[in-house]
Amino acid sequence: MAEQLALLPGYLTAHLQLTLTALSLGALVSVPAGIWIARRPRLEPALLGLASVIQTIPSLALLAIMVPTLAGLGALAAALFGVELRSIGFLPALAALSLYSLLPILRNTVTGIGAVDPALVEAARGVGMTDRQRLRRVELPLAMPVIVAGIRTAAVWVVGTATLSTPVGATSLGNFIFSGLQTRNHIAVWVGCAAAAGLALLLDRLIHALESGARRGSRLRLAAGLAGLLALFAYTGASLALERLHAPERLVRIGSKTFTEQYVLAEILGQRIAERTGAAARPVPSLGSTVAFEALRAGEIDLYVDYSGTLWATIMKRRTRGDRASILDEVGRYLREEHGVALLGALGFENRYALAMRDDRARELGVRRIGDLARVAPGLEIGGDYEFFHRAEWAALVEAYGLAFAGQRSMDSSLMYQAVAGREVDVISAFSTDGRIAALGLVLLEDDRGAIPPYDAIVLGRPHLAEERPRVVEALTGLLGRIDAERMRRMNLAVDRDGREPAEVAREFLAGLRSGRGSRSSR
Amino acid sequence: MIELDRLCKRFDGVRAVEEVSLRVERGELLVLLGGSGSGKTTTLKMVNRLVEPSSGRVCIAGRDSRDWPAHELRRRVGYAFQQVGLFPHMTAAENVGITPSLLGWEAGRIRRRVDDLLARVGLEPARYRERRPHQLSGGQQQRVGLARAIAAEPELLLLDEPFGALDPLTRDRLQHTFQEIRRELGLTAIFVTHDMTEALLLADRIAVMNAGRLVQVGRPQDLLRSPADAYVAELMATPRRQADAVERLLGPGAS
Repeated sequence: MAEQLALLPGYLTAHLQLTLTALSLGALVSVPAGIWIARRPRLEPALLGLASVIQTIPSLALLAIMVPTLAGLGALAAALFGVELRSIGFLPALAALSLYSLLPILRNTVTGIGAVDPALVEAARGVGMTDRQRLRRVELPLAMPVIVAGIRTAAVWVVGTATLSTPVGATSLGNFIFSGLQTRNHIAVWVGCAAAAGLALLLDRLIHALESGARRGSRLRLAAGLAGLLALFAYTGASLALERLHAPERLVRIGSKTFTEQYVLAEILGQRIAERTGAAARPVPSLGSTVAFEALRAGEIDLYVDYSGTLWATIMKRRTRGDRASILDEVGRYLREEHGVALLGALGFENRYALAMRDDRARELGVRRIGDLARVAPGLEIGGDYEFFHRAEWAALVEAYGLAFAGQRSMDSSLMYQAVAGREVDVISAFSTDGRIAALGLVLLEDDRGAIPPYDAIVLGRPHLAEERPRVVEALTGLLGRIDAERMRRMNLAVDRDGREPAEVAREFLAGLRSGRGSRSSR
Repeated sequence: MIELDRLCKRFDGVRAVEEVSLRVERGELLVLLGGSGSGKTTTLKMVNRLVEPSSGRVCIAGRDSRDWPAHELRRRVGYAFQQVGLFPHMTAAENVGITPSLLGWEAGRIRRRVDDLLARVGLEPARYRERRPHQLSGGQQQRVGLARAIAAEPELLLLDEPFGALDPLTRDRLQHTFQEIRRELGLTAIFVTHDMTEALLLADRIAVMNAGRLVQVGRPQDLLRSPADAYVAELMATPRRQADAVERLLGPGAS
């Protein structure tokens, strides 16, 4: 709990920066646009329709789409104006959240102005107001409660949706939720949810107080709302300015994907670097799988751990098979030549995509290898993480073994293991180093035809890292080949089953390494 | 003083007002009288260009009304609306002072003017100044509406059935208030109504409209004595018919 609360100020500040900026941008665009549309009834359906379409895009997808969109725009901006746009982190989240806040504000502005009694509009003209005076003195004041209601709706949405910006690399309260769900740390999830809900409620009340105070002429409410909002904006502005001043030049940014092993490894890399070079490491956690690679390629993060087979299948789109060493070589050459990314080395273990079953169930069906599975598959159901059934590995498995299951279900990877243990499904796609395999009495089925490529855990460095930060790269060489599969599995289990913090597990590992108890790779 | 010259208005090809020409002298009150759809309100709105004429023109003190930007014209012409149209987010004082404030009067002058007018329309300023429209009765709202129309010392006052929605007693009292103020301030006004009795009580002259056309213009007694056609004759007969009906009800010797 204390460990989670220590993270709160940082995450909350980042969350405020995102939401207040997005909300301000949204309101600055939507209110004038709404006024403009309200004067042009013929355009109203088309423009409100467009905003509604944006709204119907699932928020997570909208955030994800912003990454390639901004990358494309960034390339254009770089070519035309020599300006660099960051496609990972704050900017894509800000763009998506601003778009998301458009509709409620736009719609309420149009509705609010449209709902002003025509008799009052005529009276305003009759007493001699110009169009602009009528807008400022009559229409806007009368529409204000409706417009503000739209802003409040947008505020609550944006605060909530901002928790989904973690996978695109923006820090937010969502970091609690994403890493908490993966590492089964329910306290982290609760802290994230409660903080986001509290913030949404606070913003809503402050905006309401400001508006109703102004409308009813209550100085107290007006002052309270105004003071609260101004304080939030001032704090956010100051924090943004400070970050600009202290540009984290010396920070080493370490990415991680959304599962336990990645959090632990990111901690190990970060602590090792801090210990050896004194440079502070900043985790950029819970990135989407391809977002992490894109971020590294673009230099938005300095380091992260990926797996040779993943790069082989999803980035290089290869289907051919090969042994561990040759694939590692090939991946290293490809990354260097195509992307300027450095493969700093393998950590020593593999984390394969594998198929797992309950031990008792496997025995009952006489299944030990995937080859045995083909026979009984038509009577079984398989569960996989969101990616699995779309990945090349699954296609390769189906092709090599002629697998045809009675049903397949996609679910969050943190739920798959419980699903198979609880007999909800018969087979799951598992990660071979996952500690829950042993803990839940599961067995991995042998890939007897070698359909799945090797998955060496490898440390990747962004382009030019070695030239610019040689000491950082040097610090990591001591880790290469030092983590075997058993060790990794135990560390994962410590987090997943025993509820320990990844940072703590990493500290222990490094302490062991220093005292010479670190295990050399056995394979 | 003001002159309507062959005013026409078509809405999507439908003729609402046709060839209306009229003169209103300084200090005179002209009643535009007619049934619903006769074109009387449209004619009134063309005077301050709330409705732009399809053809014809309006001259005020010898100048074409199109010489001014529409909003400036409207600040010089007071308007009392049928639905009152008080701004609900403003106090009574702010509503009355709206046109003076648009004209850039200084605050003290506006305040004195507003208090003077509130008193004239029978609303004690200290008590009513800060009230919002929803805190006023229908009659009080209409009084504020009247004060708003004359606040900026307009050269001309336009009134569109301002007492139409009021109960008979309130209407009667407001008609008297209005007459007093008009005489005192010497206002020139065009007053639209469909109520024959109101027309006879208030008008210096009456202009009768029917189906978008002007049928007859004259002093009330001229219209009573020599109606131009059957429509005017019937219209003029209504107050007398109603009086007779009341008489009959009371019966001989009841008074």
